[in-house]
Formats: sequence, structure tokens, C-alpha cells
Amino acid sequence: MLFINIAGIALIALIVWWFWLYTPKQMKLGEGDWVIAVENGTYSPSRINVPEGKPVELRFLRKDQSPCSETLLIPDLEISETLPFNKLKPIQIPALEPGEYDFHCQMQMYRGKLVVG
Amino acid sequence: MGVKTEDVRSRSIEELIIEGAGCASCVGKIENALKSVSGVENAEMNFAQRTVSVTGTANPSALVKAVERAGYSAKVATSESDGDALAEKEQADWAYYKRLMREMTVALSLGVPLMIYSLFVGEMTVTTATERVTWLVVGILTLGVLYFSGKHFFVGAWQSLKNHSANMDTLIALGTGTAWLYSMVVVLVPHLVPEMARHVYFEATAMIIGLINLGLALELKARGRTSEAIKRLIGLQAKTARVIRDDKQLDIAIEDLLEEDVVRVRPGEKIPVDGKVIEGSTTVDESMLTGEPMPVEKSVGDDVVAGTINKSGSFLFQATRVGKDTALAQIINMVKRAQNSKPPIGRLADIISAYFVPVVMIIAVISALAWLNFGPEPALAFAVVSATTVLIIACPCALGLATPMSVMVGVGKAAEAGVLIRNGEALQTASKVSAMILDKTGTITLGSPKVTDVLVASEYDEQTVLQLAATLESGSEHPLAQAIVESARERGIKTSKVSNFNAIAGHGVEAEVDGKSLLFGNEKLLRERQVELGNFVEKAQGLAAEAKTPMYFAVDNELAAIIAVADPIKDDSVAAIKRLQDNGVRVVMLTGDNRATAEAVAEKVGIKEFFAEVLPEEKSKKVQELQMEGEIVGMTGDGINDAPALAIANVGFAIGTGTDVAIESADITLMRGSLHGLADAVAVSKATLSNIKQNLFGAFIYNVAGIPFAAGVLYPFFGMLLSPVIAGAAMAFSSLTVVSNANRLRFFKAKKH
Repeated sequence: MLFINIAGIALIALIVWWFWLYTPKQMKLGEGDWVIAVENGTYSPSRINVPEGKPVELRFLRKDQSPCSETLLIPDLEISETLPFNKLKPIQIPALEPGEYDFHCQMQMYRGKLVVG
Repeated sequence: MGVKTEDVRSRSIEELIIEGAGCASCVGKIENALKSVSGVENAEMNFAQRTVSVTGTANPSALVKAVERAGYSAKVATSESDGDALAEKEQADWAYYKRLMREMTVALSLGVPLMIYSLFVGEMTVTTATERVTWLVVGILTLGVLYFSGKHFFVGAWQSLKNHSANMDTLIALGTGTAWLYSMVVVLVPHLVPEMARHVYFEATAMIIGLINLGLALELKARGRTSEAIKRLIGLQAKTARVIRDDKQLDIAIEDLLEEDVVRVRPGEKIPVDGKVIEGSTTVDESMLTGEPMPVEKSVGDDVVAGTINKSGSFLFQATRVGKDTALAQIINMVKRAQNSKPPIGRLADIISAYFVPVVMIIAVISALAWLNFGPEPALAFAVVSATTVLIIACPCALGLATPMSVMVGVGKAAEAGVLIRNGEALQTASKVSAMILDKTGTITLGSPKVTDVLVASEYDEQTVLQLAATLESGSEHPLAQAIVESARERGIKTSKVSNFNAIAGHGVEAEVDGKSLLFGNEKLLRERQVELGNFVEKAQGLAAEAKTPMYFAVDNELAAIIAVADPIKDDSVAAIKRLQDNGVRVVMLTGDNRATAEAVAEKVGIKEFFAEVLPEEKSKKVQELQMEGEIVGMTGDGINDAPALAIANVGFAIGTGTDVAIESADITLMRGSLHGLADAVAVSKATLSNIKQNLFGAFIYNVAGIPFAAGVLYPFFGMLLSPVIAGAAMAFSSLTVVSNANRLRFFKAKKH
């Protein structure tokens, strides 16, 4: 029983670490040439490094039919776009101050971050 | 994994919209500039449409730069019209719906018989060798169902897990996976499991997958209805136009129509783009855009708007705005944006849903541990059931959908009434407006004043006074000035030359005409210049009491006349103001007019409070005054002269702008002149906000009550434990309920006018 309890607590710790404490690697955005795939409940890449003070273009490709994935929101930038299915959608990002800008779907099940600076 | 950049590019065709290409010789230059970009295979320009399609593997920003280097400007086009995108989306949705239904059918055709067996025939336990074989077969069939009907949950769960995120798929995959794995352990290695706990849950696995697919399919259908309003707007766009080029009439696709093209519209036809009437006259039904039920008369010089319907006459118009620039296209764009924006009330739900799934996973683990430590036998079976049920019942979707679905329907509903809401925040604040300031001119009144009385001093006659006054005012754009100029024109009076014109903001104007120095303005101004007013002050008061605006006119510093101007009150102002007041809104009028006139107008329309003699630059101060009193202030004005006040108010409403939707200072734009639009705006926002609250409340309660129940909190007291199948059904239908509740807003009707 003790073993089971320790295993359970370890599992909880693992969940906390995996989902909240771990910081994933960032994708460096090159010359505006990244395509972000929207597929299977995720944006990939989901953390995107964007240069500071320079407008860039992100291009989204939705390959997921679920209606949740259809809307892309970047609330801090007042961007709200509908992503067509299986078609590239260019989205212009204005020059940004350093910081982190979340982007997500309507229900926040798909989540990503623009990291500036 | 994500699609590799190269894959996508090799297939890509980029459409660019070119600006600044005026001649056919530009075509070659632009095409060559594009072809010189590495990776471009071909570039073809359509001169009529001012677009280029580029095939190859170059990135769009490089293409734009190349065009710019050639001396033009370009932007990347969204590749299709709204109508096409919509049709495509509907097709994709339909295919997805059919897939979900197919998957549901397969899952339920295994799940339902198993369910019936467990309910009516016997316990699904593994004791004998035959049972083991039978359940093994069932287990493999269930695995088939998981693969066929549930693959997308598992793939999604795995993908997001790899990305250190979790979503609804994670919960469903974990829940059904746990149930299936446990059952297979029971079947394959029963001796690892205490005898009492040798129970299989294949029926739950299949049923949950089936029910959730069913829920998703129904939700997809219901979601389709939430975007009805935008579909209707998109449907207003005409497909073709009858254009006159080189004296020939030809039907062309609307995309090929250019600015300055001359277009013929016959009775009953849709007006294809925005333009100005150049021949003929007609009446046009603009209700689909402005919510204004009365057809509007149009003759030469009047503006017509894309998407409205020509009722009676045939006419010609010259296109002024085409494609993405038409008012209709802008409206569609604005509504779409607003529909996807979120009011602050949804933020808490967003924060919660960001942590939701991992928290539920932790609760599932804790609940399993609790059963194992303290539960009755068979503790292991209880632990598995409760963990599964917790994972399955938790529904982040309902929480996440609560706000956006209502906003989607509410904003669409408002658009149907000719009310354009900029974003979710404006929607929420509008629902809480406690005081509404109405700028009198153009809001309560028509904004086109007319001269009603000219009272002259003994040595002057009406003709002379009007001639001088009209001359003085001919350079002014003030509505009162225009009334005087108009009145003189009607009487056939010719104006002469003005010099030294000077406008004294909020007070009046002065200038020299024919060697005389003229002064025209309010009592304050004339007193300041020490003009003797005599008994005209009383006459002026008498006029003001009739809701007319009297103005003093002095020639060489001697009073010559009072000219009174009245701005007729809109027919339905009284009723609309009453609607606002009935909705609990404190209505305050604001005007630059003198006190007496203001009081008379206020009384006529049933407003008790007003600010009179307010200078244009003081308007925003009045807004702040009310805000200091603790009111949430809505300011309604024409959006141009009132811009600072609109911006400073909690919500700024721009009224009667017709089809000019790009009013930056306004949070909410009312397309028709009637104040009913304002009452509608407030009513729709209130209805939407209460709908959001119902949804959020429902989703919170569902999860807050459902998760502990699923964990077995009630078991020690009542011996009740939720079945995972019921949890699956509850979860599937909770988000459907949210979408359906939001859809109820579609039936919202602003009170009959």
C-alpha cells in the first residue's frame, strides 16, 4: 500500500512538473518563413521566438477538422482570425515590444506563445 | 508532427494584390520583378483585377519586397472571397459531421449490446475460463472501436502531451484508456487482481467513445447555427454586376468590377458595390444593413451601398468602393472580428481552463488513492471506476465555449439590427451602462435644422438680413449656418463676398461683408461685444421655449435681427428614449444650445436631465462628471464632432453614420439614424451578457458538482457512485447544452418599435 501511495504522489508530481514547470524549447522565427501547423490539438511549433520591434508574418495551416481549431486569437494584439481548413493563412504580426504574447483557440485548448526579444 | 515548411511551399500559389499599377506596361515589370525572386516558377498578373498569382517556393514577404522594389506596392491576398470560404467551410464541416456520426455508430453498436448485457443479464466479471475467452474477444473488439472511433482522441492526447499541454482529448484518452487497460489486465492476468475486483469495463469504453462522438457531431451542427448572422451578411453580396464599358452593357463577376465602373441596376436587383448614383432615381431597401425598415429614396448624387436591394427604378451608378473596401465587406469583417473577441467576463473561465486538465488528472489520481486506502472491497475496481469517471465527466469544453458561443450569436444578432459592436469588451460594458448621454443634434434631432423665424429690428427687412446672414455663414460648415444658407437659397437670395471671416467656437461667427462688420451668435457673444439687445432678449426666450434656437445678428455692432432655427426631433426619439429609461438607464441630453431651448427639447422627448450651452471641447468633461458620480457612461453622438467624448465614455456609440463603419472612436456603431438602434444595442448586450452568465454558471456548477460526485464523495453517505457511461453522456451533452443555450439568443427580439 505504501508503495502505491508513493507511486500516486510521484505521478501527481510528474503531472505538475510536465504541464506547469517544464519550459519547452523555443522555435526561432527566421525571415518570416515559419508555417505553424494546427493539428491534433496543438500548434506546432507552439513557442515561437519573434524578433523585437519588427513586423513578421506567421503562416498557419490548419489540418484539424475540429471546429475548436478554427479560430486563432492573439488577445493582446486584438487579432482574431478564422483559419481555413488545409489552406495557408498568413497573419501579420506588428512590431512588438519584448514580452510574451499568448495565442490560442476560442476555448484555449490549443495554446501557443510568441516570445519577443 | 507539424508539416514541414518545404512541403507546403512546393504546392503553394500566392495571390498578391498590387496597388499603384496604372498602366498595362506595368504588368511586364511586375511579373519580371517577381520572376527574379529565387524559387518563383511563374508569375502571372491579371491587370483587370490588379492581382498576381505566383507559383513556386518563395516566401510571400520576399514577393512583396520584390514588387516594392519595382516601384509598386503589394499585399498578400486572402485567396478567396468570403462566400467561397464559407461554402468550403460548410463542406468541410459536413464531412467532419459524417465522420463523427459514422464513428459514433460503430462505437455504440458495440457499446449498447454490452450495456444491455451488463444491466439485464449479468455482472461482467471474469471467473471461468470460458468467460476469459469471451471477454478477450470483446476486449479486442473494443480495441477496434478505440482505433476506429477514438483514434483522434488518442493522437490528439499524445501530440499535446508531447507539447506539455493537455486538452479534452487527454482526458478522454486517459479515461477510456484506463478502463480498457484495466479490463484487459483482468482478462489476461486475473491473478494480479483481487478476485472481487475482476470486473471488465469494455461497455463503458465503447459507450463513452460513442457518446462523445455523438456530442461532438451535434455540437458541430449547433455551432453552425451560431454563425447564421454572418452567413446572412455574406449572402447579401451579389455575384455579378451589369457594367457599362465602351457603351456596351455586359455582365461580369463582381470580383472583376473596378472603381469608377458604371453599373446599371434594375428593379429588384441587389446593388453589387458601393457607388454614387449618376442617372435615374429609385428607392432602395437598406434594412438588411441598417435595420431601418423604410426604403430610402435615391437620386443623382446619392450614395448607394453594396448588398442593399433596389426596389422601384432602374438607375446607373459609378462604383466608388469595390471588393474588400465596400461597406458590406467592412461590416462582415468587423462582425467576424467582434464575434471572436472575448468580453472580460470570460477571462476567469480562460484562466481556469488553462489549468483545468492537469488539475483534473491530479484529482483522478487522488481519488484513486483515496479509494485504495480507505475504500471497501473491491477497492481496486472502485479506484479504477472513480478515476475513469473523474477523467471523463470533467468538461473543459463547456467552460471554454460558454463565453465565445454567446458572443458569436449576440454580436450577430446585433448586426441584424444594424448595430455593429467593436469587440467583446464593448458588448459587456454596454450591458452595464447606467447613464446614457445623448448629444442633441443629429442624435435626438434630425441634425438638419431649418430657419423658422426671422424677427428684424425696425430699420431692417427680412430680405436684407437673410442676405447678409447667409453671406456671412456661407463659409461655415456648422449645421445652423447651413440652415440659414439653405433658407436664403430657397428664397432666391444671392450671397456676396465675405472677408475677415472668424469663427468663435461654440459662440458664433464674425466677418465683413460689403464694408459692414457682421456678428452672428448667441446672447453671450453679443453681450461680450456690448451690443444693445433691448426687448429682443424676451423674444428670444419665447422662441427658445418653443424648442427653437434663437441667434442674434448684429450689423456694425447694432442688433439687426434674431434668426431662429429649429432642428426637428426624429419621429421615434421619444419611444426609443422611453425604452432606454424602461431598461433602467439614466438618460441625459447634451447640447450647445441655450438653456431654454434645451429644456424645451428635453421636455418634448421625456428627458429630465440635460447639459445646455456645452462647448464642443467641454463634452468630454460632462462625460467625466457623470463618471465621477459613479455611473457607467454611454455617450452617443455622430462620431466625428464628438470623438473625444465618445472615446472617454465607458462605451461610445456613433449614431446614424449610415454605412460608414470605420468610426474609430466608437465602440458601437449604429447604422441607422433612429435612436431605437441605441435601445436595441443596450438590450442585445444585456441579453447576451445574461446568456453568458447562464452558460458560465452552468459550466462551473457542472464541473464543481460533477467531479466530486464522480470521485465518489457521496459513496460514504448514500452508497452512490456514478457510472462512467453516465459521465460520458453528461460530458458529451454539457458542451452541447452550452451551445444550444447560446443559440437561444437567436430568438431574441428587440421590443417592437
